[in-house]
Amino acid sequence: MAKKITLPLTDETIKDLKAGDSVLITGSMLTGRDAAHKRLYELLENGEKLPVDIDGEVIYYVGPAPAKPGHAVGPAGPTSSYRMDKYAPALLDRGLKGMIGKGARNQAVIDSMIKNGCVYFAAIGGAAALISNSIKKMETLAYEDLGTEAIYRFYVEDFPAIVAIDSKGNSVLVTKAVNDGKES
Amino acid sequence: MDIRIIKAAAVTDAVKKLYMDMNYYIGDDIMSALLKAEDGESSPTGKSVLSQIIENDRIAAREEVPLCQDTGMAVLFVEYGERVVIDGGSFEDAVQEGVRRAYIDGYLRKSVVDDPVFDRVNTKDNTPAIIYTTIVPGDKIKILAGCKGFGSENMSAIKMLTPSAGLEGVKKFILDTVKYAGPNPCPPIVVGVGIGGTFEKAAMLAKKATLRPINTDNSDPRYAALEKELLADINAMGFGPAGLGGDNTALGVNIEYFPTHIAGMPVAVNICCHAARHKETEI
Ligand code: SF4
Repeated sequence: MAKKITLPLTDETIKDLKAGDSVLITGSMLTGRDAAHKRLYELLENGEKLPVDIDGEVIYYVGPAPAKPGHAVGPAGPTSSYRMDKYAPALLDRGLKGMIGKGARNQAVIDSMIKNGCVYFAAIGGAAALISNSIKKMETLAYEDLGTEAIYRFYVEDFPAIVAIDSKGNSVLVTKAVNDGKES
Repeated sequence: MDIRIIKAAAVTDAVKKLYMDMNYYIGDDIMSALLKAEDGESSPTGKSVLSQIIENDRIAAREEVPLCQDTGMAVLFVEYGERVVIDGGSFEDAVQEGVRRAYIDGYLRKSVVDDPVFDRVNTKDNTPAIIYTTIVPGDKIKILAGCKGFGSENMSAIKMLTPSAGLEGVKKFILDTVKYAGPNPCPPIVVGVGIGGTFEKAAMLAKKATLRPINTDNSDPRYAALEKELLADINAMGFGPAGLGGDNTALGVNIEYFPTHIAGMPVAVNICCHAARHKETEI
């Protein structure tokens, strides 16, 4: 059975979430992918102020398709998370509490998640139309010039995801072939 | 010699329809494979992921929205009949215009940047499309079109194997590429393999292989058997749907081959996700 959770995530909720849990997320989250992450990271490196407050937030790695008339948002499934690995630890140090994407993370991100008490959720890659039905509203927060890669705020209801890596660093992602080393 | 005149607008309309349709309606080959995978999946998480993918593809078709937000970069393989003359513009422009209209009018995501290294500014209409044209006898234009997302495209690889690597070397490279990709390319995946030719020919064959329906086999029984064997080996890896574990890491393996040089055996692996969008038309 899926656990219903609300955003912002409390430390209590984060501690309760275990790798493998199915969740339905309700609340508001940020979005951002490659280009926005690069800009946020460069600002942090230069000691400058970020255009959005990420403290306590969850960020969804997504570049939505345009919304058809009558739709709140276009199809919006997750993009591959590993491309954000270079930038993620710096954002977690700044108070980011959760990330939603697809696929594996590197050890530096996992270590930073443990240190900062943070969760990584996997949304189903390629289930963009299904996922977008749980996104009720979106507004642009920053970097409008990046188009689909801008930072948006999504208001979601029962957004389906799975805890892929929990705050202890436990993971349910299969990152190595289970038959490795055996005759194939 | 008889020539046949085709209006540029007819080419544009055909290309536009191909791209809108392939993004809204998943092919029967993929849907049947997903249903079969869901039925046989032993991991409860894997089964649930597959049900959600199937549900997603049905929603996309019903609402006529893209089934995945990454509507890719457009690639077209064209067989252009030598007796065809285009009226009212060039063939190239007509195709690009079809792609442009599909991505704008069809609410598809524009994911193309103008320069790969320096500017990376979005072209805002998903052009240019990549067009491979072969001139063939006849008075028809046949278009095989696809649009792959880059989550899976980035997991692709090519290797210039040499003849001594043999069949074992070919298998190992293909399986190693899939292992390296692991949970990232949105499994269950479709694996397109191109063997032979030259460096670029192998890569083009691999791309073309991803556009062949997965319920078809290579016409050479030895390659058909290799497709089946590799599919079983990949599914034994256990990455499973969404990389969360399970029996279904791949839905299909398609191989295309071509004669090659005495010193070489190039192998290209183009990994595609379950959102394997491809469509054909003839004008
Ligand atoms: S890899 Fe395929 S299914 Fe996954 S996000 Fe990209 S296009 Fe969509």
